[in-house]
Amino acid sequence: MKEKKVMKERITKTKNNTNRRTKRIATDMEMYKLPNKVRIFAIACMLLGAIGFVTGYALTPKTIEDVKEIEASHHGDGHGGGHATTDSHGATTAHGGDHAEDAHGGDAHYEHVLHQMQNRPWSALYIASFFFFMIALGALAFYAIQHASQAGWSPVLFRVMEGITAYLPWASGIILILLLLSVFHVNHIFHWMDPELVNPESDHYDKLIDGKKGWLNTTGFLIRAVIYLAGFNAYRWLSRKWTLNQDTATDNRWFKKNFKLAAGFLVFFIYTESMMSWDWIMSFDPHWFSTLFGWYVFAGMMVSAITVIAMITIYLKSQGYLDFVNDSHIHDLAKFMFAFSIFWTYLWFSQFMLIWYANIPEEVTYFVTRIEDYKLPFFGMLAMNFIFPLLILMNSDYKRVNWFVIMAGIVILAGHYIDVFNMVMPGTVGTSWFIGLPELGSLLFFLGLFIFIVFTALTKAPLLAKGSPFMKESKHFHY
Amino acid sequence: MASKVIHAIYNDDDILMNAVKAVRKEHYHIDEVYTPFPVHGLDKAMGLEDTRIAICSFMYGCVGLAVAITMMNYIMIEDWPQNIGGKPSFSYIENMPAFVPIMFEMTVFFAAHLMVITFYMRSKLWPFKKAENPDVRTTDDHFLMAIDAGHHNVDEVSKFLSDTGAIEISLHDKEDDH
Repeated sequence: MKEKKVMKERITKTKNNTNRRTKRIATDMEMYKLPNKVRIFAIACMLLGAIGFVTGYALTPKTIEDVKEIEASHHGDGHGGGHATTDSHGATTAHGGDHAEDAHGGDAHYEHVLHQMQNRPWSALYIASFFFFMIALGALAFYAIQHASQAGWSPVLFRVMEGITAYLPWASGIILILLLLSVFHVNHIFHWMDPELVNPESDHYDKLIDGKKGWLNTTGFLIRAVIYLAGFNAYRWLSRKWTLNQDTATDNRWFKKNFKLAAGFLVFFIYTESMMSWDWIMSFDPHWFSTLFGWYVFAGMMVSAITVIAMITIYLKSQGYLDFVNDSHIHDLAKFMFAFSIFWTYLWFSQFMLIWYANIPEEVTYFVTRIEDYKLPFFGMLAMNFIFPLLILMNSDYKRVNWFVIMAGIVILAGHYIDVFNMVMPGTVGTSWFIGLPELGSLLFFLGLFIFIVFTALTKAPLLAKGSPFMKESKHFHY
Repeated sequence: MASKVIHAIYNDDDILMNAVKAVRKEHYHIDEVYTPFPVHGLDKAMGLEDTRIAICSFMYGCVGLAVAITMMNYIMIEDWPQNIGGKPSFSYIENMPAFVPIMFEMTVFFAAHLMVITFYMRSKLWPFKKAENPDVRTTDDHFLMAIDAGHHNVDEVSKFLSDTGAIEISLHDKEDDH
């Protein structure tokens, strides 16, 4: 009786609720409805992003003459170290005695820059799509860890994680299309795909890349891509289906099946994630290699994914949903953000210090180009991904302050976008980088798509995975 | 008249937790609770202040970091510069990456050791110290709550405590020196 009355009151309250500051509390089983402003925001992001990207793409120089014009207009701008070297390079050829060689040298330079500039919008698109792919995949791995470890604290967050992983099929499709475009030479962001490089007769023959032909060939590349993506998506599809089954089940059958599936997936994931990062990121610098690269990408993936889980949870709570999530859950997510930020830095430094100390030319060029041509993003992202979260999230109390977590999250996400940027751009566009229309446009587009897909997926099932046998423990979780 | 303390012994941590909450509700003063293992949430139930050891730890870590920086600067740059791996040590900042592991280890070393020492001193623990533990069974499977008898009626308090599930209640003189 009393409950009914309370419910009635609550309903009338919401009906009469014109004051937006009054917090509406949703019941446990209430379905999430996609608010119009979220939908409009997502669509606006996609539209603006698409316009930005297309404009950026249209402004890409088509011929060597365009490049010459651009370089002339930027002359004297002091556009960083890269342009300084081009200037000196241009100067030496211009003052060279032999006229014919001079012209040839100059044009070769402009052609090189033209290729870099033509790679730029494609790289920008690739980086943004990969970044959001990373978030969905990282959330999936985190979700699998919760199942495999039978964690007691996290089941209240399962539906948020499932919402984020709902983006995975979309991200996979987009990545696959982009990889296909590269394989069929629509763009040239993967330098090693040029068949000239492995042809011993050619002028461009590259012995190192030829030596890696066994792994770095387009057929194997595509087959592997399909295997990775099929595996990730199969786990995502099955685990989602089985947790939904568990909601209405009378025993723990689906829970047990999910446990076994998660354990199996994690084994598959840790191998394929490593190989995926070699294929899709490390091969942008085909001469270079690092043995912990897979872990490095993994750390960035996990910290971004957990940050997004925390941010979406806080957002849904602020809208009156997820009443069963208490500040200890937020605290734990923030601890994970903090810990994985440290872990990421640890791997970043382990990779950097060995290469810096050994100073082997074929390895050290990777960091030399980044420090010389990408000084600001390179050191900037270190500050954003390490020093900022270290100082902001160290204090135990701050981890429970929602706006602190959101602030730290925004900086961490921006930092890890720049991290991916730093991993891809030097290998594809070299010194011709800038964060402009194509980069911001594609980032905005995928942000909009991500928000749209994730929040739509959240409406598809109750926000509480009530079938989980750990639900009671999770609801009472207390730090 | 010497002040008295009531010892109530419990044999289950859940019963103890509820008893602590009930005792505090009645505004009796709990001197101390002795348990064989850490009971989750007991500190909050007893109303103990939050520990400040985390702040100490942060400061000790900063000291360790500063020591490492000064030490490496003295050893490797000022006192005896060496050329290791083609990296002449004439500048601290240019050689800094090589010192990061030392900086990290010293930070952890200082934070950990000084934190333990702080904890021992704060808890008044040192070698040959006589145990404050009033009943040896609290090191095995019993929980003991010491309540300040103060001006309360001892019989009333005892009755109340046995209602909270205490299996043994006894009155003792307070030991002044510890």
